[in-house]
Amino acid sequence: MRCNSTRELIGAYVDGELDLVRSLDIEGHLHECSICSREYQNHRSLRRAIKGAELNFEAPPGLEKRIRTNLGRANKSEAKPWSLSWRWAIAGASVAATVAMLLFAALTLNRHQTGDLLAQDVVSSHLRSLIPGHTIDVPSTDQHTVKPWFNGKLDFSPPVRDLADKGFNLTGGRLDYVDNRPVAVVVYTRRLHTINLYIWPSNTDANAGGEATVRQGYNMVHWTKEGMIFWAVSDLNTGELHDFVKAQRE
Amino acid sequence: MRSQERDKLASFEQSVLPHLRAAYNLARWLTRNEHDAEDVVQEAYMRAFKFFSGFRGGDSRSWLLTIVRNTCYTWMHQNRSRELTTVLDDEIHALESEGPDPEALLLEKVSSEVLKRALDELPIEFREAVVLRELEEMSYKEIADISGVPLGTVMSRLARGRKRLQQVLTGGKGMQASASGFSRP
Repeated sequence: MRCNSTRELIGAYVDGELDLVRSLDIEGHLHECSICSREYQNHRSLRRAIKGAELNFEAPPGLEKRIRTNLGRANKSEAKPWSLSWRWAIAGASVAATVAMLLFAALTLNRHQTGDLLAQDVVSSHLRSLIPGHTIDVPSTDQHTVKPWFNGKLDFSPPVRDLADKGFNLTGGRLDYVDNRPVAVVVYTRRLHTINLYIWPSNTDANAGGEATVRQGYNMVHWTKEGMIFWAVSDLNTGELHDFVKAQRE
Repeated sequence: MRSQERDKLASFEQSVLPHLRAAYNLARWLTRNEHDAEDVVQEAYMRAFKFFSGFRGGDSRSWLLTIVRNTCYTWMHQNRSRELTTVLDDEIHALESEGPDPEALLLEKVSSEVLKRALDELPIEFREAVVLRELEEMSYKEIADISGVPLGTVMSRLARGRKRLQQVLTGGKGMQASASGFSRP
């Protein structure tokens, strides 16, 4: 092996990441070459120095306790949608029976939620995302950055559109979790309003129209197209949210 | 709390909480600030818990550190985006000194302070690679997974990061060891 190749691989050699053949090649070269041999010694010296310097930081006391507390609280608030549904079942007789049957069907036949439960899940997720720092994982106004970012993180590729000429600015994307599965969220803004567009694959091929609903003051529109389910959620008024949906569906 | 949620929490605490030390170490080296690192780690744990249902086993440390690493970058984008731009003339320095003339490293006596500062001043991607390799002793594959880059990029970042550390420690060409110290208290 020659100096150039050795120098490229010396780090990997020291780290034990090279296959046997190349390792032996390099060993052989090191015996013969004083320059590369010194390079090798430098790598080892650096490693020794780093180990000796004790560069690891200890977590501050109390951090673990704080995390445990937060987790406990988060777990409780995630339990709420379920307790809400049980209250409905107790409230009205015939309504309760229908809801109970739907729940039973949903739980036994299909892990995924239907109708109201799904809407509640989506709006809860939307609310959590509005906490500063929780909205965007990949900040970018470029669809060619946002779309590939989801590769390897999801087993589907969400459509990401540039709607700047319609007055909806792409600000980025994130991963989220809705209806027992990881979903893509593409985030837009108009003026000061955030629009979260949730996207995940549908198990039917049917295209469905834009159904509108309101939860806790947030407007939501959902539709299915080309094998994907879309939910747009925002505090933007219904008129403009429909413009957004129209632009997305073109 | 229903038993299903209790189980999820218990399972999470058992498999993910033990990696808190590594999580904090990585966050501290990336954000370079104790308070920010704490915030990031708390945020990362909340996200990890949110995604835990989708975690299908495997290496929980790598999984958590990927979330920590991504949360660091997201946080820094929002709060300190200036630090994320890689300075171009540093790259040119690295290229120039690629030549074959390794000086013997006078490392045996180097102070911990000097080394700490040198690592702290590395561009963030190099620092990330060096911390994961030297401090967390992760394999190239694990580093590639956590950083979300190809293996070749990991090797390149490590080589460059190490080269800079060596330059600082020989007190020679390239960066000066006495240049801008820790960026924040």
